Amino acid sequence: MIEVSNISKNYGTTRAVQDLSFRVEKGDVLGFLGPNGAGKSTTMRILTCFLPPDKGTATVAGHDIHKSPIEVRRCIGYLPENNPLYMDMGTIEYLKFIAKMRSIPAGAIKQKVEQTISICGLESIVSKDIGELSKGYRQRLGLAQALIHDPDVLVLDEPTIGLDPHQIIEIRNLIKTIGKEKTVILSSHILPEVSATCDRVLIINEGRIVGSGTPEELAAMSHGGQAILVTVRGSREEVEKGLAGLENITEVKHLGESNGINRFELISDAARDLSEDVFFLVSRNGWSLTELYRKTINLEDVFLDLTTREVS
Amino acid sequence: MKNISIIFWKEFKSFFSSPVAYIFIISFLVVTTWLFFRTFFLMNQSSLRPFFAILPWVFLFLAPAITMRSWAEEKKLGTLEILMTLPVKEWEIIVGKFLAGFVFLVVTMLLTFPLPLTVMIIGSPDMGPIWGGYLGAFLLGGAYLAIGLFASSLTENQIIAFIVAIIICFGMLIVGENFVLFNAPNALVPVLSFLGLGAHFQSIGRGVIDSRDILYYVSVVGFFLYLNQLSLESRKWK
Repeated sequence: MIEVSNISKNYGTTRAVQDLSFRVEKGDVLGFLGPNGAGKSTTMRILTCFLPPDKGTATVAGHDIHKSPIEVRRCIGYLPENNPLYMDMGTIEYLKFIAKMRSIPAGAIKQKVEQTISICGLESIVSKDIGELSKGYRQRLGLAQALIHDPDVLVLDEPTIGLDPHQIIEIRNLIKTIGKEKTVILSSHILPEVSATCDRVLIINEGRIVGSGTPEELAAMSHGGQAILVTVRGSREEVEKGLAGLENITEVKHLGESNGINRFELISDAARDLSEDVFFLVSRNGWSLTELYRKTINLEDVFLDLTTREVS
Repeated sequence: MKNISIIFWKEFKSFFSSPVAYIFIISFLVVTTWLFFRTFFLMNQSSLRPFFAILPWVFLFLAPAITMRSWAEEKKLGTLEILMTLPVKEWEIIVGKFLAGFVFLVVTMLLTFPLPLTVMIIGSPDMGPIWGGYLGAFLLGGAYLAIGLFASSLTENQIIAFIVAIIICFGMLIVGENFVLFNAPNALVPVLSFLGLGAHFQSIGRGVIDSRDILYYVSVVGFFLYLNQLSLESRKWK
């Protein structure tokens, strides 16, 4: 659906995007993850033909961004960064304006606007001016604006920024629903965001891709393996020795002790779940187990790992 | 054509979404009417000449005030990015915005109808200069608006857009005035007098409609709308 080949873009001497290439298949939800200023917005602006790349090209639904920008724009719905809206326009008036600009036939506009309003849950604010809307409703209106012409591709630049947790969940669910039928690219610098909504993630730092895959693959790519937290009543030396003697354990960290109870973190590179081994070890030695918890490495660790590795 | 008309209506309605438009229309009418009648009875001539004589100077402030928001506001709100990623060509949006300002100006000018009506009731004026004066006013206003639109595309600050527009319009207006021509090198005099916005207005205002004058204003409009396009595209070169 979307194919980006070797695009680069500089702003003066700042390199915003360097030699970026990726593909998005039809029906995928792709997340751009990266710190602020990593080049996420620039890439989106290039895809929507707002800015041309200095080098390289991209095709959206078979249309080249250099040769047929109007066709590219036609099949994209775009929510720009910070969700710009005309504050002095009415909600319906704005959606009608966008619908007309999107060449929706005059007879279908009313029905299309109503349909979009119901998808985005805007029924209660149809009679208001945009300037009076709360941030959550503005965000939905921004999405409605991007969706109204039923585009094949949705490009959403930080769709949940600045919302409260309740609103974030609502918008995420909306994106998930939409994502079942459409190809979606969304960007975020918040990690749970992408792991909650995306099939695939691209981690971008300083204009380059530093990691890509499903959220699970990325987690595996970072450390591999797992980490296990164990809390055991028993002498520190004996337990530590016992744990270190287990198969596939690469590191045993002692986290603390209180009233004869010791906490350890075990790091392993094995894909197999090791918590059972730990349990049998403890029971064989007659110690008592007070906590056993398998930590899965989350995207946050991967992200920090990948984006700081570059710097150091 | 369809896209131009959609943009036109959106822009035209947006003038009236705040009280600013009404304030401008009313103050324009009050100021021009007062300036006109101040000398009208003293001169004791049934002609609108004093009215048309002050128009280039009143428009100098009116036209930039109409256009100052056009692009500056889009840039400031960020809606430029929405507009420029819709499947329309940049020139369509530019022309739509220009026409919205132009029709607003025409409407404002038509509201001055009590003046020619008064003159016609009191005396029997020569109608040529009156028709010519209105036509000239629309053309001159169009040129000012194109300049103002271009100025608005340079900045996201409306006040700066307003002032830059006044400076360019003022410059274009006075290059053709006599006191500039007297001091200019002889070789430049014909060029400058042709370039000045005012001289063409005066010649149309005499009731003599010369295609060169009309062509001149159409070219000025075209030139500044083209500059506007370049200024919008400049985001791509940065």
